[in-house]
Amino acid sequence: MESINEIKRDVLSAVLAAGKRIDSRGMYDYRKIVVQPGILQNAEGSAMASIGKSQVMVGVKFDIAKPFLDRPKEGVLSTSADLLPLASHLFETGPPSEDAIELARVVDRGIRSSNTIDLESFYLEEEKVLALYVDIYVLDHDGNLIDCSSLAAMSALLSSRMPKIENGSIVRGEYSGKLPLKEHVVTCTFGKIGERMFLDPSLDEEKGMDCRLTLATTSTHLCAAQKGGWGTYSERDITELLDISTEKGKELRAML
Amino acid sequence: MGATGKEKPKLYESGRRVDGRGLADLRGIKIESRVLNDADGSAYIEWGKNKILAGVYGPSECIPRHDQSLYRSVIKCRYNMAPFSGMEEHGRSGPSRRSKELSKVIKEAFESVIISENFPKTQIEIFVEVLQSDGGTRCAAVTAAAVALADAGIPMKDLISAVAVCKIDGHMAVDPGKEEDNFGESDMPIAFSPRTGEILLFQMDGLLSREELSEGISLARQASEKIRKIQVEAIAKVYQEPKEERFLVIK
Repeated sequence: MESINEIKRDVLSAVLAAGKRIDSRGMYDYRKIVVQPGILQNAEGSAMASIGKSQVMVGVKFDIAKPFLDRPKEGVLSTSADLLPLASHLFETGPPSEDAIELARVVDRGIRSSNTIDLESFYLEEEKVLALYVDIYVLDHDGNLIDCSSLAAMSALLSSRMPKIENGSIVRGEYSGKLPLKEHVVTCTFGKIGERMFLDPSLDEEKGMDCRLTLATTSTHLCAAQKGGWGTYSERDITELLDISTEKGKELRAML
Repeated sequence: MGATGKEKPKLYESGRRVDGRGLADLRGIKIESRVLNDADGSAYIEWGKNKILAGVYGPSECIPRHDQSLYRSVIKCRYNMAPFSGMEEHGRSGPSRRSKELSKVIKEAFESVIISENFPKTQIEIFVEVLQSDGGTRCAAVTAAAVALADAGIPMKDLISAVAVCKIDGHMAVDPGKEEDNFGESDMPIAFSPRTGEILLFQMDGLLSREELSEGISLARQASEKIRKIQVEAIAKVYQEPKEERFLVIK
């Protein structure tokens, strides 16, 4: 496997050196993006997003839970990701892989640190708060699952309805309005091979690349970031990519 | 029963069931094949409010090696429910006792129709993801998985389908919905091989007389013929209207 990736890297860097990409996209172009919000009825919120051949579904559920000890007045936000074995021959059944955990945590950080959800409004009474579960279901893997998942997650949150609460429990199937959101968070993920950087790595590019950088932005701020892979970025790389993220973020937000 | 703690509603009154169907009527069924890119075969089914995705990989090298057979391909199945699939609380991820049992009976239904002797030392994997559940998920899963296997080009003796029958207020009825599943007197999922008429999956709970059993099986058999037509249409559509992109579109 490793030697194949070496060959992929050689091919990719030769193509990038000529200022091109293997699928003839521009350096900072996304593949085709489709977002479908509100596709499920049982879940309080749901959406599908696809970037190229990657397809991700997100379901949002509400429950009643105990608050965390250090935050007794706040609701609970929990994000998980399943790399389903039907999505790729690379995924296996079993406990979540480190890739699945990283994916969930990066998406979670974007949502959480943007304060788009007012978790204090989820407080019900002593020892009782609302818990919001964001479940990322990867259905097809062709690279850049982070951007695809965060797009699906944001769209699912935007489609979410607040559950109706009666006598301290949720009345299923009845709602009390939409989930209020303050910000629309989107992520942009950039791959890097040698000195060349590019947006939205496909699976082939992911296999050959040295590293990636994900920047989550609101309309005004950077709110989360994650570097992955063995390669390195300079400070200038990061500020340059943030400028591009801010521009590309507008395009992504327009699709929500 | 009555797992939800609600009062049992009247399930059959003046010739109509809770959702207005007659005793032999199926809920609406739609199947779309070839919706995933990496899987060798795939199918998406909407059956009532059920939304289920099936993906198939194989025949490929059987791993781990000690699972291999020198004589045939090993069929593996994973039936799994998304944590957001139900109306009630958020589910736990990972296999439950129920999903392990269903994986097993679904796999066994396919073992007698897949011509596995053609592929010794290999495995054929069937993955079923219940994205939204509304009663009768195992039957919808078998029905979708059969289409996904056909899409993957895996040779089979027959295109199988499954449907449940139930007993509601003393009447045998086909394809129970969630409420009929919860409050009905009996539930009996059956998978048929339509070509031979043989039964490949058979489960039952509740109380039935011998006559009711026969009536139920014959109701299920008639319904499964209707389902088979929808399966065949889904497979044909892939070739009649070839798409450039494989895409799961949910309405």
